[in-house]
Amino acid sequence: MEPRDDFQPIPARRPPPPPGLAARLRERLFGGWLSGAATLAILALGAWALPRLLDWGLWQAVWVPDAEACQAARGHGACWGVVAEKHRLILFGRYPFEEHWRPATTLALWGLLALWSVLRGGHPGGERALAWGWLVGLLAGVGLLRGGFAGLPPVSTDQWGGLPLTLLLALVAIALAFPLAVALALARRSGPPLLRGLATLYIELVRGVPLVSVLFMASFIFPLLLPPGSNPDVLLRVLAGLSLFAAAYLAETIRAGLQSVPLAQAQAARSLGLTPWQVQRLVLLPQALRAVMPALLNSFISTFKDSSLVTIVSLYELTGALGLALSGDPVWRPFKVEGYLFVTAIYFIGCAAMSAGGRWAEARWRRGS
Amino acid sequence: MLIALALLLAWLARNTLANMAARGIQAGWDFIGDAAGFDIGEAPIAFDAGQSYGRAFLVGVLNTLRVALAGIATATLLGGAIGLARLSRNALLSRLAGLYVELFRNVPLLVQLLLWYLLLVEYLPDPGEPLRLGSWLLLSKGGLSLPWPDEGGWSLPQPGPFAVEGGATLTPEFVALWGGLSLYTAAFIAEVVRGGVLAVPRGQTEAALSIGLSRAQVLRRVVLPQALRVIVPPLANQYLNLTKNSSLAVAIGYPDVVSIANTALNQTGRALECISLIMAVYLCTSLLTAALMHALDRRAAIRER
Repeated sequence: MEPRDDFQPIPARRPPPPPGLAARLRERLFGGWLSGAATLAILALGAWALPRLLDWGLWQAVWVPDAEACQAARGHGACWGVVAEKHRLILFGRYPFEEHWRPATTLALWGLLALWSVLRGGHPGGERALAWGWLVGLLAGVGLLRGGFAGLPPVSTDQWGGLPLTLLLALVAIALAFPLAVALALARRSGPPLLRGLATLYIELVRGVPLVSVLFMASFIFPLLLPPGSNPDVLLRVLAGLSLFAAAYLAETIRAGLQSVPLAQAQAARSLGLTPWQVQRLVLLPQALRAVMPALLNSFISTFKDSSLVTIVSLYELTGALGLALSGDPVWRPFKVEGYLFVTAIYFIGCAAMSAGGRWAEARWRRGS
Repeated sequence: MLIALALLLAWLARNTLANMAARGIQAGWDFIGDAAGFDIGEAPIAFDAGQSYGRAFLVGVLNTLRVALAGIATATLLGGAIGLARLSRNALLSRLAGLYVELFRNVPLLVQLLLWYLLLVEYLPDPGEPLRLGSWLLLSKGGLSLPWPDEGGWSLPQPGPFAVEGGATLTPEFVALWGGLSLYTAAFIAEVVRGGVLAVPRGQTEAALSIGLSRAQVLRRVVLPQALRVIVPPLANQYLNLTKNSSLAVAIGYPDVVSIANTALNQTGRALECISLIMAVYLCTSLLTAALMHALDRRAAIRER
C-alpha cells in the first residue's frame, strides 16, 4: 500500500486572547458577591480614612520647628517640627553635639558595607571578603565612636546612643554569637553525650526565657560574677547578654542547616579518609551555612529589633534616645507621637530594606548556581 | 573541655560569693514572707502593701497569665483572618493583608507598645465623657469599660460625672499591652496560617472543587484540616513568644511578674532570687510546651538512614 502523502495537519488553534485589563480587574476585585462586598468595604474605608490621614500628616501638618504653630495645629495636623527640632538627639542620643559627625560617618560606613553586601552577597566565594570587610568596618566604626587617637577626643560608652548604638548592638551581638552558636549546634548534633546534654540545656533554657530577664541578668548579676574590683561598663555587659541570648536562637538555625545536608555527604567524606572534625569543618558546615543564609539574615533583623529592649536597662539606643529627647522637654513633650512615628519609620525602612536586599541577593545566587 | 567548663563555673561562683560578701548582699528566700510595702495597680486577687512578697509575685504571675491568655485568643482570631485574607483571590484584600503583615513585623514590639500606650493616655477623652464603641464599650483615658456579669444580670458601664460607672474597666496599661501583643503576634500567626494553607497540595483544592463543593466548603472541609497539621507546631511557638513578649509590660507599667520582681529587686537587692524567679516562671510554661511539641515532632519526623 502506497504511503499517503496528502496529510495536511490541522493548523494549531490560536490561544484565546488574554483577558483585557477590565476583565482582569473584574475577576480580581468582583469575583463573587463576597469578594465584591469586601472590595466595596475596603474602598469605602479608604475613602473615609485616606483624606483624613493625608490631611493630618501632610496638608495640615507643621514642618518647621515652631512649638507655637504646633500647639495651634494640635488635633488636626501633625507636628513634624518636633523631628526637625530633635532629630539629632533622637538619632545620636547623648553623644556630644559637636562630635556628631563621628556617629554620622559610622552610619554611612555601615550603610555602604550593607549595600556592598547586597551587591556582592550573591556571588559564589564572596563570603570571605564580606566577612573581612565587616570585621574591619565594625572595628573602624567602634574606633571612630570611641576616639582617643589622632586628635579625636575620647567619648565614653555611656554617652553613645541613637541609631549607631542600635546598629552596633545588633552587629556585635551577632558577630559574637555566631562562633558560640556554631559550637553549640555542633555539640548538640554530634558532640559526646554529656556535652550534647549541656548544649541542649543551654539552648532550651535561653530560648525559654524572655530577653528582658537576660538583660536584667546582664545588669544585676554579671557584675557579681566577675572578680571583685573589675567593673565592666553597661555596654559590654549588655552586649554579652544580647550575644548569649542570640546564640541560642542562631544555634538552632545552624543546626537546622546541618540537618539539611544529606547524610551521604558525611559518609562520602569519611570514606575519603577525612577525620570527623575535617568532615564537619570542610564539608558539612559550609553547606549548612549556605543553606541557612536567609535565616541568618532574619536572626540579624530580629536582633536589630530586639536591641530596642536595652532601653529598659538604661542604654539610650534609638528607642531610648527618643524618650531622652522628649520626656524631659515640656515644650516638645506633647508631640511625642510624631517622634514615635519617626522612629517607627526608621525601624520599618531598616528591616524592610534588609529583607528586600537579602531576597534580591538570594534570587541572584539561585540564578548563578 | 568539660574540665575547663567546670573550672569556669567554679571561678564564677567564687567571684560571686566574694562580691556578695564585699557588698553585704544577703542571699536566700527568707524575704518572701516579708511585707512587700508597695501597692499594685491592678490585682486579680486582693492585695495591699501589707501583704507578703510571695503574694505580690503570685499577683504578678496571674497578671502575666491574664494578659497572655487574652492576647492568645485575640491574636489567633485576628491572625487567622489576616492569613486567610492574604490568600484571598480578591487582589485588594490580599494586598491589604500583606501590608499589615509587613508593617507590624518590621517594627520592634517595644516601640509599638509605647506608641499604643501613649495614644491611649494622651489622645483619648477624659473618663467623664468617654468614646462609645458600639453600645456597650466605653473607651477613655481611664481604660476600656465593658459589661460584666453581676448577680443575676449584667452590669452595664455608664458615663458618670468623673469616671465610668458600672461594668468592668480594663486599665489603659492592660489594654495597650493586650492590644499591642495581639496586633504584633497576629502578623506572625497570619504568616503561619498562610504557610500552612499553601502547604496543602493544589490538587486537593481542584479535586474538591471538581466534585462540586463550594469554595467555603473546600476551605472548611478539605484544606483547613490538612493545613492544621502544618500550622499547629509553629502556632504553639507563637503562643510562647507572645507569653515571653508580655514581659515588655515593665516598659509601660503593667504589673506583670517581671515588673513586680523588678520592684522587689530594687527594694530588697536580692537580684539572684528575683531574676531566677522570673526565669523559672517562663521556663515552666516554655519547657512544658516544648516537651509536648518535641514528642509530637518525633512521631511525625521522617527518619533517614
